[in-house]
Parts: sequence; C-alpha cells; structure tokens
Amino acid sequence: MATVTEAPPTRAPVAPEKKPPRKRGRWTPYLLLLPGLLWLVVFFALPVIYQASTSVQTGSLEEGYKVTWHFATYWDALSEYWPQFVRSVLYAASATVLCLLLGYPLAYLIAFRAGRWRNLIMILVIAPFFTSFLIRTLAWKTILADGGPVVGALDALHVLDVTAFLGWTAGDRVLATPLAVVCGLTYNFLPFMILPLYTSLERIDPRLHEAAGDLYAKPSTTFRKVTFPLSMPGVVSGTLLTFIPASGDYINSDLLGSTDTRMVGNVIQSQFLRILDYPTAAALSFILMAAILAVVTVYIRKSGTEDLV
Amino acid sequence: MKTTEETTTAGGGDVRLTGISKTYGDFTAVHPLDLTVPEGSFFALLGASGCGKTTTLRMIAGLEEPTAGTVHLGDQDVTALPPYKRPVNTVFQSYALFPHLDIYENVAFGLRRRGIKSVKKQVEEMLELVQLGEQARKKPHQLSGGQQQRVAVARALINHPKVLLLDEPLGALDLKLRRQMQLELKRIQTEVGITFVHVTHDQEEAMTMADCVAVMNAGRVEQLGTPADLYENPRTTFVANFLGTSNFIEAEVDSTSGDDIVLKAGGGKLVLHRARASAPATTGGKILAGVRPEKISLTHADDAGEIPEGRNRITGRITESSFIGVSTQFVVDSPVCSDFEVYVQNIDRDPRLAPGAEVVLHWNPAHTFGLDAAQDIDAGAETVEEEVA
Repeated sequence: MATVTEAPPTRAPVAPEKKPPRKRGRWTPYLLLLPGLLWLVVFFALPVIYQASTSVQTGSLEEGYKVTWHFATYWDALSEYWPQFVRSVLYAASATVLCLLLGYPLAYLIAFRAGRWRNLIMILVIAPFFTSFLIRTLAWKTILADGGPVVGALDALHVLDVTAFLGWTAGDRVLATPLAVVCGLTYNFLPFMILPLYTSLERIDPRLHEAAGDLYAKPSTTFRKVTFPLSMPGVVSGTLLTFIPASGDYINSDLLGSTDTRMVGNVIQSQFLRILDYPTAAALSFILMAAILAVVTVYIRKSGTEDLV
Repeated sequence: MKTTEETTTAGGGDVRLTGISKTYGDFTAVHPLDLTVPEGSFFALLGASGCGKTTTLRMIAGLEEPTAGTVHLGDQDVTALPPYKRPVNTVFQSYALFPHLDIYENVAFGLRRRGIKSVKKQVEEMLELVQLGEQARKKPHQLSGGQQQRVAVARALINHPKVLLLDEPLGALDLKLRRQMQLELKRIQTEVGITFVHVTHDQEEAMTMADCVAVMNAGRVEQLGTPADLYENPRTTFVANFLGTSNFIEAEVDSTSGDDIVLKAGGGKLVLHRARASAPATTGGKILAGVRPEKISLTHADDAGEIPEGRNRITGRITESSFIGVSTQFVVDSPVCSDFEVYVQNIDRDPRLAPGAEVVLHWNPAHTFGLDAAQDIDAGAETVEEEVA
C-alpha cells in the first residue's frame, strides 16, 4: 500500500456550523412512547409495586394486612417450597431441550428445504394457536388417557418400563406423571421455539453453506461450524421464550400432573386463590422472578461467547 | 515457487470439461461444451448475464451437478465428487465470508477443515500477500469492499487449490477499485502460478487480466482465444460487438484473386484478405465485412486525391462528432452503413472534420475481417447496453 508521506495540504479548520435542533419533532419520540408507557405503568409497574408491598405485609383476611417489612415470609416460602422451585426449573429445562431438539430440524427444513411448502408448514406450526391453550392441554389428557392407544403402544413396546425406572412415569400410567407434564409443556411452547429459530436460520445466506463446502467442510462440519453458530440468536431467543413461560406455568401440571408434579406456578396459584395467603403468594412470585432473571442473565452472558457453541 | 511444483508433480493440472451441459427443466443453461483450461493460465469466461458462464464455473466447483458430461482436473475425474472433496476453491461473487468468524479464522477455515494443526504461519503469510496483516482480528463487516474481496481471495488461495475459480469477484467494487484489484489479482496469479478461471461480464476486465478468453453466449462458447486474437479476428458478430465496437458492411463477393477477396458494396469495391474471412467466399455470395473504428482514417472529401492507392475506401457525411480527449469519435453516414463509427487520434486535428462535412473513410485492407452474412449484425451489441443500464 502506498503510504502518504507528504503532509496533506493544511486547510483552515472550518468549525461545523451548529444549527439549533429543530423544535418540530422534538417531542415526537416521547409522544410515540406514551401509549405503551402508560399501559406498562398501569398494568405492570403498579401491580408489581402492589405485589412487592403485599409480600412484606402481615395480618389476616379478617383483620386486614399491614406493611410490616416482614421479610421472613421470603425465607419461609423458599424453605417450604424449594422442591417445587427445583421441579419448575427441571421441567422447564427439559421441555426447552425437547423443544430445541424437535424444533431445530423443523425450522431448518422450513428455512432451507421446504421450497413451495414453506408457507403451508409455517401455518401448521402456528395453527395450534387457533384453539385455546386450555383446550389443547385438555386434549392431551385424552391422548395420554390410561388404557388409551398411546399408553397401550408405549406399554407394549416396553417404553413405560424404562420411563418408570427413570422415575418419569409411574406403573402403567403416563397421565399424572412428570413425563406427561413435560410433554404438555413441550407441546404448548414448541411454536415459540420454532419461530425465532426459523427467523434466524432463514437469514443465513445459503452461499455460506456453499463456501464452507468449497473449503473442505463436510455437510456435518458445515452445520457445526457455520449454520449452528449463525443461528445462535434464534437458539437463545427460542430457548428464553420457551424456558421463561414454562417455568412459571401451572396449567400443564394442573391438568396433566398430580400432587407430586406440582410446580411453583401451582403453589402460587393455590396460595392466591385457594389458601388466600397473599403475602406468601407474592413472595413466591418475586422469588420466581428473581430466579428466572438470574438464570437468564447467566445464560445470555454465556451465549454471547463461544461457550455454548 | 513451491505451489507450482506441487501442482505440476500431481501430473498435469489442466481443467478439462468434456461434453458438459446443464438443463433446468425446459431451460438449457449450458449446451454440451468442451473446454480445456491449460494449467497455470489465467482463463476468463466472458459473457452477458444468463449466458451460462457462472453455471459452468459452478460445475467445475461441484456446486452444480452437470446434466451430462465430465469434469477432469488433470488426470482425475471429479464429476462425481462433492465440492468438499475437490482440490478447487472459489471466490464467490459477494465473497460469502463467514460473518461470525474474524479475518484470521476465515482464512484458516480451509486449512482447519483438512486437519492442519499449525495454521499460524501460513495464515499470516497469506494475509501478508493480500496486504491485510493488520486486519486479522477484525470481523468481515468491519472491512471495506475491496478488503473483503482480498480476504475472499486469501481464504481460497491458502489451500493451494489446483484451480482457483473467481465468480465475478470485482462486480461489487467501484470502478477505480476494480482497476486496482484487476492488477492485484493478476500479480497474485503470477506470483502463485495457480490456474485461475475467472467469470465476468466485463469485456475490458477479461481482456486486461486473462491469457485466454472464452466468449459465451446463450449457453455456448462463441469463440476461444487470446484477447488480441478475439479482438482482431472475431468469428461471429456477437464476439465482434461484445468485445469493443465493430462496423459492418453487407457486401457481395465480386471476385477472388489469390489471397484477396474483392467485395462489392454500395457501388464501391473493398478488399478482404482470405485468411481473415471466417465464412466461405463464393462469387455472388454475401459476406459481412467488418472493421474496427480505430483502424479507420478520415480524410475530407476535398483531399480525397491524397489517399494512397490500395486502401479500402468509403464515402460519407459526418453526422456526429464527440471529443474524448485522446481521440475524437465520429459517426459517419455512408451508403453502406448509416452509422459508421470512426475513432481518430487527436494528433493533427483537421478543423473541417465537423458534422455535415463530406469525408472519405479509408483503411488498410488487412484490417478488414469477413463474417458469415447470415447472422444478426447487432448480436452482442444490445446486451452490452443492457449491462450498462
């Protein structure tokens, strides 16, 4: 490269004329923010503050509650319900891994191989949303019913012996076992995994696959070294969109599980609506929120590096 | 050079395409084609977009499966080999650098895939060759177009391929940078001695860089030769128009005498050397006589007597003239051709040569070439204009 050795002709530094920012449009960003901000304040910030105050109150339904800064509620809640917390994280993590294993190949197929079937498959992925969450989960109750064809087939293939040995199922039942809850969670959150995965895979230039092949990478190496690393944004957002709601879910455990599969969501729900112990319920909600935040923070930190690849 | 030794000892590094063709449904992208690229040459596939040049290149790379025919690299038949098993590397049109890897890792990619552990020295040498040593730890998007282009070249060359395939590698660069990269690529090719197959639609690029050019049109090779040969002796109107500009005169063969063919056109006589006629000349038959604009001299009609004997001459009237600097370009309306283009060097400018002036166009008969009259005179000319637009 030729380097310029001569001093460039010195030019009198011209101070850039500073124009005063135009008045018009100055408030536009704030105006655009306003509706969303109001919504957030009314339906998110205020309830959060309200729940935070509830969590440190003491009293009873009859006498009313007072803020007494009783932080011991947190400790009591955690020491009593930690198994449900652990279970929530385990179930949500299992469902997330299953979603990733099921969703990645499908998203890959839609992005690179589906051709003219692409839109049809996308509609099939989203189609479950046309019916309610509750009805879909109830349908799984029928699918996994005792003595039904699915359970019968699994039993005949001796799959149930293996899952029972692992503690995922009990006897010849699938319903009311951890397996049923994890299956329900996986099914219900699968689209949330597939859609971000598809979006990030679809953005990958197919010529990068050709370039990798041209540079002596076998198809499997191309996937490991090029496709998967480039799809990481989709993997991260997909797993978050699956893990976060799954860890707070209670419907699947309620409908497909038993008292042995209760997740923290079930505890919160019953504390609020059945036992009416509002401080404990609020404290549990905050612990769950903090736990999720902690897990997600660590996860995002790691995923920014090559540790996860 | 070490690399040349390696390739020559491998036993002939020619690229041989035999009867290779590619069809997509009803559309034939490449008609059965035989082509040999000599080892160590800088070979250009030149043609307008959609002429099949990129498909041909991709069949050599293994990215496209030929419908019929075989690809040989030296003695090895690679037709059935997937791209990752071919000793061939490609510089892609938009570079296709891996966005998640830095420049160093992009360049090291091929070496690592072949299980080479100590890549440091080679990568650094290669980055030095393309003058990007400083940028090793940057990501591709932090580099300029020209730098990305050099990374793409380095990433391919580091593998010492038998053949380097370049798919319109300079298409995304601006004109000045493109000129600079043309020289740079030529320098690298001379330095490493690897066979380069270069696909381009830019005739100037092909002529300045390549030792040998294959002009492609509608899935066929129209003509193959050195740039000078293609320019001086085009065998079809497509080649004549696609490479530079040509003037054509529809003429009738009047008589033949020895090595000369005498043609009749617009009442005058023109002489064409038999060796330069690519179509058979039979008395009374038609032939297209062509001449390049820069071969023609322009003399004002008043001085017609000063023109030496033995030159082909045509009379006409200047309709347009534009001053370019090194030359002046005239368009002359003549009975044999309504827009005859003439480029005159600005040595001694005759002020009488202005639009409306009656002139005589004359040139050495040796500069006339003869083509088969049964083809479209404008073939190739329109495609060039489309490309510019």
